[in-house]
Amino acid sequence: MHSDLPLLSLCIWLPILGGLWVIFAGSRVLDRAVKQDALILALATLALSLLLYRDFNAASATMQFAERYTWIDAFKIYYHIGIDGIALPLVLLTTFTTVIVVIAGWEVIEDRVNQYMGAFLILEGLMVGVFSALDSILFYVFWEAMLIPMFLIIGIWGGPRRVYATIKFFLYTFLGSVFMLVALLYLHAQAGSFALQDMQDVVLTLSEQKWIFIAFLLAFAVKVPMWPVHTWLPDAHVEAPTGGSVVLAAIMLKMGGYGFLRFSLPITPDAAAAFDWLMILLSLIAVVYIGFVALVQQDMKKLIAYSSISHMGFVTLGLFMMFDIHANTGNFQDAAMGVEGAMVQMISHGFISGAMFLCVGVLYDRMHSRMINDYGGVVNVMPRFAAFMMLFAMANAGLPATSGFVGEFLVIVSSFKANFWYAFLAATTLILGAAYTLWMYKRVVFGEIRNSHVAELTDITGRETLVLASLAVAVLALGIWPAPLLDVMHVSVEHLLEQVAQSKTSIAAYE
Amino acid sequence: MNDFALILPEATLLVLACGVLLLDAFIGKRVPAATFWGAVVSCLVVLAQVASPGYMPEAAVFGFAGTLRVDVMGTVLKSFLLVLVVVSFFYAHEYFSKQRQEVQGEYYPLALFATLGMMVLVSANSLLTIYLGLELLSLSLYSLVALQRDSVTASEAAMKYFVLGALASGMLLYGMSMLYGVAGTLDLSELLIKVGNLEEQRLLLTFGLVFLVVGIAFKLGVVPFHMWLPDVYQGAATPVTQFIGTAPKLAAFGMAMRLLVDGLWGLSEHWQQMLIILSILSMGVGNLLAIAQRNFKRMLAYSTIAHMGFLLLGMLSATASGYAASMFYVTLYALMSMGAFGSIILLASARSEADELSDLAGLAKRSPWFAFILLILMFSMAGVPPFGGFWAKWFVLKEVIVADYVWLAGIAVMFSLVGAYYYLRIVKLMYFDEPETPYPVSATTDLKLVLSVNGLVVLVLGIVPSTLMSVCISATIPYLPW
Repeated sequence: MHSDLPLLSLCIWLPILGGLWVIFAGSRVLDRAVKQDALILALATLALSLLLYRDFNAASATMQFAERYTWIDAFKIYYHIGIDGIALPLVLLTTFTTVIVVIAGWEVIEDRVNQYMGAFLILEGLMVGVFSALDSILFYVFWEAMLIPMFLIIGIWGGPRRVYATIKFFLYTFLGSVFMLVALLYLHAQAGSFALQDMQDVVLTLSEQKWIFIAFLLAFAVKVPMWPVHTWLPDAHVEAPTGGSVVLAAIMLKMGGYGFLRFSLPITPDAAAAFDWLMILLSLIAVVYIGFVALVQQDMKKLIAYSSISHMGFVTLGLFMMFDIHANTGNFQDAAMGVEGAMVQMISHGFISGAMFLCVGVLYDRMHSRMINDYGGVVNVMPRFAAFMMLFAMANAGLPATSGFVGEFLVIVSSFKANFWYAFLAATTLILGAAYTLWMYKRVVFGEIRNSHVAELTDITGRETLVLASLAVAVLALGIWPAPLLDVMHVSVEHLLEQVAQSKTSIAAYE
Repeated sequence: MNDFALILPEATLLVLACGVLLLDAFIGKRVPAATFWGAVVSCLVVLAQVASPGYMPEAAVFGFAGTLRVDVMGTVLKSFLLVLVVVSFFYAHEYFSKQRQEVQGEYYPLALFATLGMMVLVSANSLLTIYLGLELLSLSLYSLVALQRDSVTASEAAMKYFVLGALASGMLLYGMSMLYGVAGTLDLSELLIKVGNLEEQRLLLTFGLVFLVVGIAFKLGVVPFHMWLPDVYQGAATPVTQFIGTAPKLAAFGMAMRLLVDGLWGLSEHWQQMLIILSILSMGVGNLLAIAQRNFKRMLAYSTIAHMGFLLLGMLSATASGYAASMFYVTLYALMSMGAFGSIILLASARSEADELSDLAGLAKRSPWFAFILLILMFSMAGVPPFGGFWAKWFVLKEVIVADYVWLAGIAVMFSLVGAYYYLRIVKLMYFDEPETPYPVSATTDLKLVLSVNGLVVLVLGIVPSTLMSVCISATIPYLPW
């Protein structure tokens, strides 16, 4: 049954307008009322996005829930939104994570509560906007506008070096984005339209495609982040408040991967094929080298940040292997598994990294330290917490029956079709990931109680249990039965591969 | 329309400005608000005349033996700049009543004469009319800067402005004499035709063009003719800086259009190259030097230099939509600049100008709403959506790319990245730093209202830029290729 409501628009504008309302009306009421309002808004948005899932037709690769209104008449820019099977899981991830973040900030944030809650709600709306925009300029507006609340979240509620971290975060991302804007404007000059569909259809020569691909790469590689433009991420994560880290890791990083899927691959397929060696190389460096870097971290948040970069390497690997698989098997459909693995990895990483940051947040709220050495023997005083963290650490290491396993497994299996050495190097992450995650877990949680501060720790409260338990359910559900997720995206991924298989230069030569 | 109907708004403004001068001399000392309201009403009367339907001709109309032209672009620019002048009067009134200064009365008539100069400038169709308008504008501005005669910095700024301004006027005149020598006419419409036919005199014409471009560059304040700008911005009283930084930029854009496009279109390939160099230098020097500033007004001065470089990008594409982009840019820039200086006026107290960057520290805790307004303005200047400044940059970049200067667009976005840093620093000061005093900013309701509306207009233009874009595009329709 389809409802007549503009569901997707509601998912974007309810949190944005609600967030503004929370900010401006919230300064006069009690913090508790502000939090309740924010939670109601976040839950309402989650409910709306679940309606999207219910009404979504997984058998179709077309853009669903589409809405299209003229925005800027003179340049044929439209407020055009819609989602397919690639965007829907990410929208759901966004609305789910925001609820988690609102609950996680319940007792922790004491300063300017209304602004904190409002910023996250606005951020939510903008992120949903990024995943559903079908007009490139609309996409760009959401993409950039998103930086403003995040900039403020890190800068206002962050740690001691927050100013450095947040300005670095903003400038890095802005650097990539402005070149994307130039590329989009160039594409407009060629295609005569800002619609994503027209940009995907326009014929481009190989050298044009290469330039555009590089411009897109700057924007998306910074967001993913890929080695060597990843250095903003550890800083931003370490300094951000827990909620900010969760949103950064769980959703913002996914925008890079989404950008590759929505822009780079369909708009510049030939350039993507020409540069696939570079992308695979960078991905493998991220997986292996950053894995080693994670191993030596003393700061828990930094360790998880590096682990995120390493895991996102899987995503880009899964996406850009398709050309090698095609060369080996002659069939793009074989590459579908790699792309789907990358998608699952994105969603799963959203849950796991979010959960890991929340676990560190739980400890940090009590001890005000993120250093591994300050902990030890936490299990003796926080048994319930230790159990949850165990699950997430295992998931981060890619243990079967957790969501972390599904994505990594799909990518590694399909990488065998591309090249044995890709598979070999990618598989080292199973060892490295287990090493750095479990070693950290062991040092923090197991052993004798290390000092008096640890001895005074109290186990997680009901609120924290609720947050961690809901994430645990998500991680396990996706790990044991990923079929609903795969079914939703399958047709859209196949459609994408058909687009990529269609060389644009050959049409140019033909015409 | 007869000649006098064409010049009616300018003539009215002249009479009213003289009236305001008398008003100030006889009543102003007893009732300071009288001069202010007189000036506001004068501008609104003239605005009503300019914006009346009869004054918006389909095609350009010429008067006074071809020395004056009334066309859509001129009319639109005049309306915009009158609105900006009225808004800056409101800010100035608040500033002067806060500072309790005695010189306030002279501000309004001088500003009105400057406005008259701007209006003459944008409706000029002869090299002499241009010069007339420019000098009327400039002389009024010099005296406005010197208005605070007790202030050393203001006097220094006025002196510097005057000397360099005189030099620039000389350059402009020299270039004009060169053009007259070759083409034998002062009329821009005739010049347009003659330049196309004077193939063998190209070198001399180009030589004259260089001096014209210098004059324009000085008025806009682009590198390397920007030296006056930081000192004048810092030295002058804040409302004077605000006045100089807003409406005259529109007039300077109008002057550039009249000279380069209406008159010397035939030399476009030459001035395009000159503008490329000027704009790259401006964006580079402006953005880099702005980082090093500690004074907010001086930082905004360098940011102006960078913005004017961006403005030239639209013009140098030499297409109708490129001019529309520049016009949109300069309008948006004036609005943002108005609000930024307005924030300084808001913070100023009887004791302090509050123009140091450190005065902004912790503003979000003192007055969250005005910190938010300044946040809008700063992100808008940095070109971050969803604020008006983004569309200004977007429009210009789009035209640069359509004109096949993709590399130039690349340079421009690199420099806006540099620019983002110092705008972010303002936000950092307001939101991340602790205030020195916990007290909210005190200001009158009028000032709060004007500043809030100003900031929200920039936000609204970011969400629905369509109307203003269409106005700018329709103003440049006559420049579409036939």
